[in-house]
Amino acid sequence: MKKGLIPLGIFVVLLIFLAIGLTRDPHEIPSPLIGKPAPTFTAPVLGKPGETLSNKDMLGQVWLLNTWASWCVACRQEHPLLVEFVKTNPLPIVGLDYKDKEADGLQWLARYGNPYTHTIVDADAKIGIDFGVYGVPESFLIDKAGIIRYKQIGPFTPESLRDKLVPLIKELSS
Amino acid sequence: MKFLVVLFLALQCAIGVHAKEATPLADDPVVEQRLITIAEELRCLVCQNESLAGSRADLANDLRREVRTLIRAGKSDAEIREFLVSRYGDFVLYRPPVKPTTWLLWFGPLLLLIGALWLLISVIKHNQRQKDTPVLDADKRAKAQALLKETDSSK
Repeated sequence: MKKGLIPLGIFVVLLIFLAIGLTRDPHEIPSPLIGKPAPTFTAPVLGKPGETLSNKDMLGQVWLLNTWASWCVACRQEHPLLVEFVKTNPLPIVGLDYKDKEADGLQWLARYGNPYTHTIVDADAKIGIDFGVYGVPESFLIDKAGIIRYKQIGPFTPESLRDKLVPLIKELSS
Repeated sequence: MKFLVVLFLALQCAIGVHAKEATPLADDPVVEQRLITIAEELRCLVCQNESLAGSRADLANDLRREVRTLIRAGKSDAEIREFLVSRYGDFVLYRPPVKPTTWLLWFGPLLLLIGALWLLISVIKHNQRQKDTPVLDADKRAKAQALLKETDSSK
């Protein structure tokens, strides 16, 4: 009788592991950059020839780096949320137009609204690679000292904005 | 009307067909060879079952370009791997480093093998012991023979 219980035990353990595995998204790869200084960059500003923005310009404030592109479908789903979000939350958001044509990026912002305080251009994905971006949209919350505190992989949802981003911004701003 | 529709569709096809140019190989075959050796040990993050060398994903293309630049800059293989690990984590390596969080990954199969061997040996020993011990002791054997004789004589 007891011997019969051993395979059952192994089966239950296996079942638990498989169940945990099902709840995890294999596309969400934890970023090694969390808790580390944001990579340095100096990038051209979208639609303003000659102007550049550097990560040093953002020191002293809590800000969000949001990667997007005019060709990115999931960004279109996320974008209205960000447009609404900045109306009630005074958070500087830097948009990173990833692997995009400038004209397409500008047209996209004109059509869907612009929640960004600055939009920078990353035509050859170099900044994206430095941030470990592997699929837009991805977002990084960066604190006053320039340390990455949170990474959102995939589009923000109303829930992730409310439950993760807002409390973190409050905590880091105080 | 039908003809016009067919003509229209045919034209659409003609417009749609334009082969994508093959991505040019690096001018230097030595660089390319090293790129392939390094990239085969790295995972493409978009199609996770493909290596960075074999993947046609856009990101893989960009990363190969970065690796080429690093090779030309004279970086060692370890430095190039570190470049990618510091951005994307251990996940990009098909051979993750041995450290406390990966001990189970590295030594788990060995533990399973040892467990299986132990099980096998104990089962074999158990069977051996059963074989060695006579199934019937002397008393029972005598009784059995008596019974057999009884049945024989009753025939």
